Amino acid sequence: MTDLCKLTLVESVQHIKEKKCAALDLLNSYIKRIEKSDKLNCFNSKDLDTAIKKAKSIDEKKDFSKILVGAPIAVKDLFCTRDVKTTASSKMLENFIPTYESTVTQKLWNEDAILLGKLNCDEFAMGSSNETSFFGNVLNPYRLNNDNLVPGGSSGGCAAAVAANLTSATVGTDTGGSIRQPAAFTGIVGLKPTYGRCSRWGIVAFASSLDQAGPMTKDVKDAALILDVISGYDEKDSTSANKPKTSFLNSLKNNVKGLKVGIPKEYRVENMPEEVNSLWQEGIKILKEQGAIIKDISLAHTKYALPTYYIIAPAEASSNLARYDGVRYGFRAEGKDLTEMYENTRSKGFGNEVKRRIMIGTYVLSSGYYDAYYLKAQKVRNLIKTDFDESFKDVDVILTPTTPTAAFKFGEKSDDPIAMYLNDIFTVTANLAGLPAISFPIKFNKDGLPLSLQLIGKSFDEQTLLNTAYSIEKEVNFKSQVKDWWM
Amino acid sequence: MSNKEFNYYINGKKSKWEVIIGLEVHAQVSSNAKLFSNSSTKFGADPNSQVSLIDAAMPGMLPVINKFCVEQAIRTGLGLKAKINLNSVFDRKNYFYADLPQGYQISQYKYPIVGEGEVFLDMPYGAKKIGIERLHLEQDAGKSIHDQSPTKTFIDLNRSGIALMEIVSKPDLRSPEEVAEYIKKLRSIMRYLGTCDGNMEEGSLRADVNVSVRKVGALEFGTRCEIKNVNSIKFIQQAIQYEAKRQVDLLEEGKFIDQETRLFDTKKNETRQMRSKEDAHDYRYFPEPDLPALRLESNFVEEIRKKLPELPDDKKKRFVNEYKISSYDAGVLTADKETSDYFEKVAKNSDVKLAITWVSGELFAVLNKHSLSIKDSPVSAENLTKLILLIMNNTISGRIAKDLFEIMLKDSRDPKVLVEEKGMVQESNIGELEKIIDKVLQSNQDKVSEYKSGKDKLFGFFVGSVIKESKGKANPALVNELLKKKLS
Repeated sequence: MTDLCKLTLVESVQHIKEKKCAALDLLNSYIKRIEKSDKLNCFNSKDLDTAIKKAKSIDEKKDFSKILVGAPIAVKDLFCTRDVKTTASSKMLENFIPTYESTVTQKLWNEDAILLGKLNCDEFAMGSSNETSFFGNVLNPYRLNNDNLVPGGSSGGCAAAVAANLTSATVGTDTGGSIRQPAAFTGIVGLKPTYGRCSRWGIVAFASSLDQAGPMTKDVKDAALILDVISGYDEKDSTSANKPKTSFLNSLKNNVKGLKVGIPKEYRVENMPEEVNSLWQEGIKILKEQGAIIKDISLAHTKYALPTYYIIAPAEASSNLARYDGVRYGFRAEGKDLTEMYENTRSKGFGNEVKRRIMIGTYVLSSGYYDAYYLKAQKVRNLIKTDFDESFKDVDVILTPTTPTAAFKFGEKSDDPIAMYLNDIFTVTANLAGLPAISFPIKFNKDGLPLSLQLIGKSFDEQTLLNTAYSIEKEVNFKSQVKDWWM
Repeated sequence: MSNKEFNYYINGKKSKWEVIIGLEVHAQVSSNAKLFSNSSTKFGADPNSQVSLIDAAMPGMLPVINKFCVEQAIRTGLGLKAKINLNSVFDRKNYFYADLPQGYQISQYKYPIVGEGEVFLDMPYGAKKIGIERLHLEQDAGKSIHDQSPTKTFIDLNRSGIALMEIVSKPDLRSPEEVAEYIKKLRSIMRYLGTCDGNMEEGSLRADVNVSVRKVGALEFGTRCEIKNVNSIKFIQQAIQYEAKRQVDLLEEGKFIDQETRLFDTKKNETRQMRSKEDAHDYRYFPEPDLPALRLESNFVEEIRKKLPELPDDKKKRFVNEYKISSYDAGVLTADKETSDYFEKVAKNSDVKLAITWVSGELFAVLNKHSLSIKDSPVSAENLTKLILLIMNNTISGRIAKDLFEIMLKDSRDPKVLVEEKGMVQESNIGELEKIIDKVLQSNQDKVSEYKSGKDKLFGFFVGSVIKESKGKANPALVNELLKKKLS
């Protein structure tokens, strides 16, 4: 019998539709793996009893028409889920149970997907290694010899869970690379859609003008399927875009003939490891062979992207996280008066990285500093957008590495925020410009760690991204090398 | 009235000082739903019964602008003859307080929806123009309740998220009287427009008052203090009087005014420091990333403009022209939309002069005495019209009309029915009247002689006596005519 957990999402749903297995069979094989995988620490909470009930009811009703029917899916613990704990991996929300369901997850359940549980992440999605979670580190299913590696972040639990076959697919969120970087570190596909493509309603906010939900999946087809389900206009999110609904999956094709691919020279950063550079060259070579036209382009303001991001994101975060004050819900530490209660609650409720960003954000918005930091960052952000607009007059997509390195060890960068922030160097630009970007695995380095490329596309042109990634995916035929060492 | 001169100055020991006042009025938008959520805005509901997930700032909740509130702000802007900004931006004003669930108030900072406008005041010394600096939309906070427990503060979020318009005046006001007139005029305009009920008791209208003083003749403004959140015209006036005096005293002692935020203690009738400039909040305003910039189509604004009702200033002009009444009467009758509607109903169907007399005389007296608004008038416009018609067709005399009016305060039936039921119909039968006249002349023969010997003034006495004898029912015109004949 096939190992059901090794099926892709598209295959799993197909299995159920064709009655090759019951929804409960599929679910049970995932549950079996999940129960043996606590060591990876992917889950903040599990909702398996409810999952079993739902699978049984799907099997009983014998209605397999929905497009995600029976798919067991765990989601990042940043999506509010009705009656299921939603913590943002923070002590602040350790016991918070929403009475409402985020739009994106509701869309999954509307298509008869089954919630497995909530996946670990960096606290309030602030981090690039999942080391800031209140619930501890998530282990990357890939190891360097026998040393544990970070899964990337902030959607580290999502990435590890997909790579370790603990969920058929997942949705994460990406503010500066939080889907793509962990996807790259774990050899899976991660897509950050265009800002406004998916509703942000019901997602614990980090930086409102940058946050976007997106698929993290075993392959490109799965990403297209998840995007089909979770995208769409939502009147509850004023920043969501009202675009005609098309099926990315049905339009998927592996043909890049004549496609103009831009290679931005500014992404050749100093000290880029040779393995990453050759990975990039390999991508270029494949596209060329498939008939794409490669063009050198310039995104002149790239070098300002990281500092710009680390002003805008903390600024918005400092304001978004003000609501966690101990007054109405979440963690509260008493004090002799209101001010002391605030101070106690927020010093004990938030971890160091969150506090660091709240302080940076508060500082850059302060009177006397606003113009020099926040306002200037907004101006640079516009210049970065303009760079892309100009480039996209000549090219259809832009190809870059996803990360400057493969997955690293725990503690390697956690004492040096700047080194940690540098991880986002290739990913933040798409968030600042609001553009869609996809990360997908190409090969393994000499240490057996996955390396990935990123494609950045035109606004609302996820289809070209998916098509291009799909073409390369077919060519490279990347196969998971996860060894189940923890089981 | 208009020959009076402006004379509000503070006479210090050394100099004469002028008071400069600017107002930030917070007017609650009349709307069934809040600015960014669907929760009800009904006043007086149980605490925390009108709170949505958005109002309570639950994680992941996002604001969605209430289009009707935007229309109300535009309507108000047009009523203030102000520029409507087709592009405006919502900002976050960040500060921590227990009744501010988001930790920020969504407001408009650099780019408000309404720009400069103007309001005209009728002062005893003539018309005065007060500039409007801007009007912007913002959310209200909740309410902290400190007096229910000695150790706890309770929070009621019913008000959290309700739409407010902050209307900022230019520093054009110069006296507590002008401030009172300004607020009344704003309220009148907004009530005409239906954009704010102006109910100060329910907190629908509150003001922050900026006060500074300068020597008469000086050109530069002095340093101002802001008195926060004063909620009645009377208190605003008292606060200004106290504050202006305080500033003059300080300056005359050679001290300086610190730019600071103060509050008005209504019990002690004084202002007190709330926050010094050093303690002033740094609100860290930045554009609200959850809301795109608010872009209005000019058509959208024009449609609203087309449907604007007649506003107090225009109505007043029309009353003067159409009804040939004094500017003063027109001002009184149009200050309030309901009053002007009431008056017009009566005037159009009866007689303008009598309508003015009865509405601004008898009716206002009764309403004032019982602190009633015209909406709650015990006498409807229809019935008052009928009363005036009864006077006009000589069914009742003016004196009887007053008695009838007293009855009508408690009895809302048709005045015609009341007149018949109470036997109040005017006596116009010549035979009957002659009988009464004869009786009166008979019992006052001495006065008749005096009259005939030239004491003309006694004629009034005879008229009065006859009417009295008839218990007020005698038709005064007929009595006059008949008496003249009899006494000639």
